Amino acid sequence: MGGVTDELGRVLVVTSGKGGVGKTTSTAALGAALAHDGQKVVVVDFDVGLRNLDLVMGAERRVVFDLINIINGVAKLSQALIRDKRLENLYLLPASQTRDKDALTENGVAKVIEELRTKFDWVICDSPAGIERGATLAMRYADAAVIVTNPEVSSVRDADRIIGLLDSKTVKAERGEHIDKHLLITRYDSSRAARGGMLSIDDVLEILSCPLLGIIPESKEVLLASNVGSPVTLNNAMSAPARAYFDAAHRLKGKDIPIVVPTGSRGFLKTLFGRKAA
Amino acid sequence: MSLFHFFRRGSAPIARERLKILLAHDRMEYSHPDLLGVLREEILAVIGRHVSFEPDNVRIRLGRCKSTSTLAVDIEIPNGCRQSDVIARPNRLTFDGLVNYMSTKNQWVI
Repeated sequence: MGGVTDELGRVLVVTSGKGGVGKTTSTAALGAALAHDGQKVVVVDFDVGLRNLDLVMGAERRVVFDLINIINGVAKLSQALIRDKRLENLYLLPASQTRDKDALTENGVAKVIEELRTKFDWVICDSPAGIERGATLAMRYADAAVIVTNPEVSSVRDADRIIGLLDSKTVKAERGEHIDKHLLITRYDSSRAARGGMLSIDDVLEILSCPLLGIIPESKEVLLASNVGSPVTLNNAMSAPARAYFDAAHRLKGKDIPIVVPTGSRGFLKTLFGRKAA
Repeated sequence: MSLFHFFRRGSAPIARERLKILLAHDRMEYSHPDLLGVLREEILAVIGRHVSFEPDNVRIRLGRCKSTSTLAVDIEIPNGCRQSDVIARPNRLTFDGLVNYMSTKNQWVI
């Protein structure tokens, strides 16, 4: 595999509580963006029984072994890792589709994560929805978390619950250490927010009191990318969501890039009156 | 200003206020899951210093309204107590939905 650094990699969990808000899309997009910038990245699917990260990454036909196989000692890590065909620094560790989530054990996950830490700069864990075993184990060994939420009441409520779990149930929290939390707001529709039909960025930040990592605008590019099995940051790097993910990836690396609230496409009334979005 | 501004209010402010109230309750419950048990123990300890009663004859309920919660304490006092010891009606304490609770105008009814 090569490229092993002396320093241990950073473990990042992408989580949300609620399903369908964009965890898997964001895992793939951020992983590809970091790998594109020369980082050695593995994306790990924790959604045992409902794996989808392989599909979004376009590697579904190359899965041989999975996370559960490694935990059970059936396969070695190197046998299960799938190298991305587009980026040589990007790897996928798929979840099992046939087992249930009870096959994940705390000790087993700990060993796999520790091994991945020695081989990669970034270990990005794609959490399943909910707050049960798969989700708690995905966050258990994380150094940092990306909390994905839509500007919508149920996903904001669930994000608040997840933030509470990150602060109490992770190994870092139990040691009294600080876990870095980053809020990623996805499916943001600027024209609806401007009309007061959607929670604004300020509303969400005020309610959740969590530092903002980025704002991903609602875009057909996201569905398009998943249709063809490519992270949106690779499929169309110049698209609005891809650029927002690239900026978020830079912020994860500690770069100070100002966050710009997307203004999006102009609505009918705004076009009619020739106004710029607020 | 254009006509556009007249349509700006929308439903987002309602969503924001509903979430704020809901999360205040949620956070309290996560951070203090056995709140009712702790309240029960401490309230009964205080009352038990002044009035004798059977711990089995005590009911404590936490109710939730739109913007406030109520804490209802219902203590059955056995006959044979002095009249002035009898608490004749359930006494209510309001619960402000966060951490603090305080007694209201409702005083012990003697």
